[in-house]
Amino acid sequence: MFLETLGKSTLEFFRQMQAMGSLLVRTVYWAVAGPFKQKPVSRRGFFAQTVFSGLHSLAIVFFVDFFIGVVLAMQSAYQLEQMGATMYVAALVGVSMTREIGPVLTSLVIAGRVGAAITAELSTMKVTEQIEALETISLDPVRYLVVPRFLALLIMLPCLVILGDVIGIFGGYVVGVTQLGLSSGLYIDTTLEFLTVKDILTGLLKSAVFSVIITMIACHEGLSTEGGAEGVGRATTKSVVSSFILIILADALLTSFFYFAKT
Amino acid sequence: MNTAGEAVIRVKDLVKNYGGRRILDGISLDIYEGETLVVMGGSGCGKSTFLRHLIGSLRPDSGEVWMFGKNIAEASEEAMEGIRKKFGMLFQSGALFDSMTVGENVALPLREHAKLDESIVRIIVKMKLELVGLRGFENLMPSQLSGGMKKRVGLARAIVMDPKIVFYDEPTAGLDPVMTGVVDKLTMDLTKKLQITSVVVTHDMNSVFRIADRIVMLHQGRIVEIGTPAQIRNSKNPLIQQFITGEAEGPISFVQTSDNYLDHLTTETA
Ligand SMILES: Nc1ncnc2c1ncn2[C@@H]1O[C@H](COP(=O)(O)OP(=O)(O)OP(=O)(O)O)[C@@H](O)[C@H]1O
Ligand SMILES: [Mg+2]
Repeated sequence: MFLETLGKSTLEFFRQMQAMGSLLVRTVYWAVAGPFKQKPVSRRGFFAQTVFSGLHSLAIVFFVDFFIGVVLAMQSAYQLEQMGATMYVAALVGVSMTREIGPVLTSLVIAGRVGAAITAELSTMKVTEQIEALETISLDPVRYLVVPRFLALLIMLPCLVILGDVIGIFGGYVVGVTQLGLSSGLYIDTTLEFLTVKDILTGLLKSAVFSVIITMIACHEGLSTEGGAEGVGRATTKSVVSSFILIILADALLTSFFYFAKT
Repeated sequence: MNTAGEAVIRVKDLVKNYGGRRILDGISLDIYEGETLVVMGGSGCGKSTFLRHLIGSLRPDSGEVWMFGKNIAEASEEAMEGIRKKFGMLFQSGALFDSMTVGENVALPLREHAKLDESIVRIIVKMKLELVGLRGFENLMPSQLSGGMKKRVGLARAIVMDPKIVFYDEPTAGLDPVMTGVVDKLTMDLTKKLQITSVVVTHDMNSVFRIADRIVMLHQGRIVEIGTPAQIRNSKNPLIQQFITGEAEGPISFVQTSDNYLDHLTTETA
């Protein structure tokens, strides 16, 4: 009984992954081949999505990352103080913010904000026959709806992550300078000394992968919705939950990959 | 009567099941160029499903649909694109794009498929909206329209590319009698003046006899009868008579027999 359920949900999981894989293939196809077939991405749609997923997410990303930086600094100070190594707070905040916390947390926030919005919009279009209407005027929903969202988030999420990293480090800096008695110059120097380009690139690569996860799940859930307003609600919840799980999974995979690749 | 034209749509033995339930059960039908074919049938009998097969948005479980001499189940995406430009569809719910204004909705097919000057697009949009009595509403959003207005915008969008075939899914449901007359007249004008083929799903008996060249009646996934309005009106088939007169009692039964009903009420079913 238990095994049966487990087997079924594993099968379901792989079926979902397969569906998302083929959606990704179609998305990349249209993004790359579209312009050559006289069917480029709608510039207006792309612009609107950039504004929505990027610009309008700034406030919440800043808010979350700033306070995470603050908490991170205080938490590590609590440990490092005992060894008399308080100055390393800067290094710790800087590296974990750029490599790990920044990309993951920002992506989770964006999955909740942008991913949910995408699924809600597309699934509403699905249940009100709008997707079908697009198809009858020969507009491929993947090209017309998915690609602009995909590209917008692929560009905007890494940007948000970079800005979030900066704000998070600034949060740590505020704690370091006002509470831990570190001098401003020392804090900045330590941060820069320990932070490498590779850390930042690692974070960016992660965030690019997470953006693909978010849009693919959101669009797949949206376009395969059935059954009215209730279906819209179900799809939206499922989209956010699946994104969270897959982001965490992908993060674990990528982190271990980078860790073992190093040694 | 226009049944002398060529068949632009041929449906051969169309079958569709939904979750073990047979919705369409072997429908064969030719639709001729320039005619107005009305599809009637009780609610939930599969009229919208039938239309969806004609426009190729659903694949039949078995059987074939040919449009303009091409089997649309086997047509390539390029071929399908060519076919789609030659028909328009008015969806039952209007299916307007929420994120666009009325004007943008109507203009979308033109902007995507016809390389026209923006000023010309705007003029065409105005003309089509005028036809459905909505000129001057270009800048409203769909959420600001009533149900009947949405339908009419959907109709304007369906005919904006000057299609050869127009499919209407209940074009007059939710319209007042005057607007019903306007939409019916529009359908007739398109058919008579521009030789457009119309396939209309409707429940409205006044409309049916006003616009139809031929009527086909569906029941339980099959064609019960097909004929001219006069033939249908004089049909001896009790099903059709019940549908025309709108009696609650008859072969189309919505009321379960009372003992069955009692059983149903008292047995626990999840
Ligand atoms: N996606 C679907 N999945 C399962 N069953 C469906 C689906 N779509 C339609 N059906 C079933 O198919 C039948 C026919 O539906 P359809 O929408 O074609 O009816 P209709 O004749 O257009 O009705 P109405 O006049 O109310 O619009 C219904 O019984 C419905 O329950
Ligand atoms: Mg219907």
